[in-house]
Amino acid sequence: MKSLADLEKIREEARRMTDLREGKAQTKVIIGMGTCGIAAGARETMKAILDEINKRNLSGIALTPTGCLGLCEQEPIVEVEIPGQPRIIYGKVTPEKARQIVAKHLVNNNIIGEWVIGRK
Amino acid sequence: MAIYRSHVLVCGGTPCLLKGARTIRNLFQQEINRYQMADEIRVVETGCLGPCDEGPVVIIYPEGVMYSRLQPTDIPKIVEHHLYKGRVVEELVYRERKDSKEISSKVPLEGEKYLDRQKRVVLRNCGRINPDLIEEYIANHGYEALGKVLTELRPEQVVEIVTASKLQGRGGAGFPTGLKWSFTAKTQADRKYIVCNADEGEPGTFKDRLIMEGDPHSIIEGMAIAGYAVGAEEGIIYIRGEYHLSIERMARAIRQANEHGLLGKNIFGSGFSFQIEIRSGAGAYICGEETALIESIEGSRGEPRVKPPYPGVAGLWGKPTVVNNVETLANIAPIILNGPEWFRSIGTESSPGTKVFTMLGDINNQGLIEVPMGITLREIVYEVGGGIPGGKGFKMAQTGGTSGGCLPMEFLDMPMDYDTLSKVGSALGSGAMLIIDDTHCIVDVLKSFMKFFCHESCGKCTPCREGNTRLYEILTALSAGTATKAHIQLMKDLARTMQLTALCGLGQSAPNSLITCLRFFADEIEAHLNGKCPTGVCKSLATQFEAV
Ligand SMILES: Cc1cc2nc3c(=O)[nH]c(=O)nc-3n(C[C@H](O)[C@H](O)[C@H](O)COP(=O)(O)O)c2cc1C
Ligand code: SF4
Ligand code: FES
Ligand code: FES
Repeated sequence: MKSLADLEKIREEARRMTDLREGKAQTKVIIGMGTCGIAAGARETMKAILDEINKRNLSGIALTPTGCLGLCEQEPIVEVEIPGQPRIIYGKVTPEKARQIVAKHLVNNNIIGEWVIGRK
Repeated sequence: MAIYRSHVLVCGGTPCLLKGARTIRNLFQQEINRYQMADEIRVVETGCLGPCDEGPVVIIYPEGVMYSRLQPTDIPKIVEHHLYKGRVVEELVYRERKDSKEISSKVPLEGEKYLDRQKRVVLRNCGRINPDLIEEYIANHGYEALGKVLTELRPEQVVEIVTASKLQGRGGAGFPTGLKWSFTAKTQADRKYIVCNADEGEPGTFKDRLIMEGDPHSIIEGMAIAGYAVGAEEGIIYIRGEYHLSIERMARAIRQANEHGLLGKNIFGSGFSFQIEIRSGAGAYICGEETALIESIEGSRGEPRVKPPYPGVAGLWGKPTVVNNVETLANIAPIILNGPEWFRSIGTESSPGTKVFTMLGDINNQGLIEVPMGITLREIVYEVGGGIPGGKGFKMAQTGGTSGGCLPMEFLDMPMDYDTLSKVGSALGSGAMLIIDDTHCIVDVLKSFMKFFCHESCGKCTPCREGNTRLYEILTALSAGTATKAHIQLMKDLARTMQLTALCGLGQSAPNSLITCLRFFADEIEAHLNGKCPTGVCKSLATQFEAV
C-alpha cells in the first residue's frame, strides 16, 4: 500500500464484506422458508438471489429467510421492501424469476407487476 | 470477496473461549455445511461482545440477534430454525439479567438495555470484526486516521489535536495524553520510543486483554500516530505473559500491517517509518508501573525508578519514551478522524470520552462495558450492570481496582470521572469496578486487598514493604477480636505515611481502600474492637445480631 487511494480501494471492497453487520441495509428481501416454501423450492430461489447479488456486486441488501407467510399455494414467496415504498410480495418465484426480480426491481426499481401477489 | 446473506459472529474472547466457544464455532460451520449453506453464511470469530459471564456468546447478522450460554446441543437448533428457516430461537436469545431489589427512589429507565446505555468508541470494532483480518479493520475506517496524519498534518498538529481532545490516560493515573506527548516531542534525541502498556496486572481486570484480542489494529494505529507525533520510529507492546491469545493476535496484526505497508518504512510515501515489537511481561503487578516496566524491557528486575526524570524525557535506554495504556491508544484514531470537539462532546467537561470498565464481583452482568464518563455509579450497577444477584443489597463499590477507594451507598449518584473520584479519595484507575454486596464484612474484604499488596510489593522501599504487612497484621487482629482502639490510629498513621513516602504508585495507593473504609465504614470496623462482626463473616467473633 503506497497511498491513501490504495487504502480507500481496500476499504471499498472490504466494506461489502462487513456492511451486513452495520444494520444499514437499505433494502430487505425476505423469502418464506416454511416447510411448504422449502418444498416449493424456496432454497433454490434464495440461492439464485444471492448469486445474482454477488454477480452484480450489489450492496446494502439484507436477504433473510422467514417463517411461514400463510400463502402456501403461492410459494416460493419473495417480499421486497425498499425504504419509502410499499412492500411488494411476489408469488411462485422460480430461480429464474428471482434473478429478474434482482435485475429489474432491486437494481432498476421497476416492479414486475404480473408476478405481484400483494402489496403492503 | 463474496457477499454472504448472513454472518454468524462467534465471540473469540478468552472468557468465551474458556467456555467452549471454539467448539461452538466449529459446530456452526459443520451444521451450516450440512445444510449446504456454506456459500450463504459466513462464520466469523470476533472479539468480546461484552457479556462475558454469559458466554459462549454469538451474534447473528443481519438481524443482530444475540444468543448466549450456548451449549453444543443448541447449535443444530439455531442453524435449522434461525439460519435455514428464518425463525429466531427465542429461548436462547441473550437476556440481560435483572433481579435485584431496587434500593432507591430512582427507577431505572424503562427499555434501556445493557447495550443501549453504552457508547462504543474504544470497543467500536470489538465483537463486530474478525480481528485476524486487517481488511475488516480497514472496512471500518481503519488506518484512515494514520493516513490523514501522515499526509495532511504536521507532528505538532497531531499533538495539538490530542491535547484539545482532553484525553486522559486510561492506565490508571489519568494524566493528559496530549501533554505527555508534548514533553517527548519537545525533547531532542537520536531515538525515541512508544511503549504500549498492556501488562494489566490488576486482579480480575481484563479490558486491555479483550481490546487486544478484539481489535489489535486499533492499538497499532494509535501507536504509529503517537510515533509520528513525538518523532519515534520504534514501538514496543509490553503484554502480560499469560495473555497468550492477545500476544498471538497482536503478532498477527503487526505482521499484516507490515505486509500492507502500514508499518515499516516510508508509510504512505510520507517518509515516516515505524515498527513495533512485542515483549511479554514477567507477570508481576509492579511491572505495570511505567518505570518498572521499562526496567523489565531492558532486562533488569522490574523495580520502579525514582522520578523525575520521567520516561517522557528519559525512559527506555535513557531515551524519551511515551508510555501509554492500551485503551488510551485505542482512542487515538477516532479522535483524529472525528475531531477533538466530537470527543469532548462525550462524557464530562473535565473527563471527556468513554471508559471501559471490567465489571466484577456481586453484579449480574459481569464483563466489559464501555460507557460515557460521568455516568453515575447507580447507573453502572443497576442499569448497565443489571443489579446485584440474589436480591442482596449494595454495600460498596471499589473503583479503580485494588489501589482504588471504596464507595458506600451514599455515593451511588456520584458521577464517575477522574476529578470527582479523586476528590473522595478513590480513583477511576484502570476501570476495574468491583461490586460488593451487603453480606460481606469490610474487615474481611480489606484483609484480602492488603494480602494482595503484601505479595506484590517489590520490596524496594520500606514504607510499602513493611507498611502493607503491618496493615495486614492489624486487620487480621481485628477479625480475630484482638485489636485495640490504638490499632485503628496506627492504621491511619501507617496509611498516611505510605501515601506520602512510598517510592511508587503501588505503595502510595495501596492504603486507599483502607483509608476510605475507615472513613465510610468506621462503625462496622470499630464494632470488631468490641468483639462483634456485624455481618458474621469473621468467624471468631459474634455477629451483631447474636449479641443483641
Ligand atoms: C503498581 C502500578 C501498576 C500499574 N499497572 C498498570 C497496568 O497494568 N497497565 C497500565 O496501563 N498502567 C499501569 N500503571 C500505570 C502506569 O504507570 C502508567 O501510568 C500508564 O501506563 C500510563 O499510560 P496512560 O497515560 O495511557 O494511562 C500502573 C501503575 C502502578 C503504580
Ligand atoms: S512502593 Fe512498593 S512497589 Fe513501589 S518501589 Fe516501593 S516497595 Fe516497590
Ligand atoms: S409454509 Fe409456506 S405459506 Fe405456510
Ligand atoms: S469474551 Fe465473549 S462476551 Fe466477552
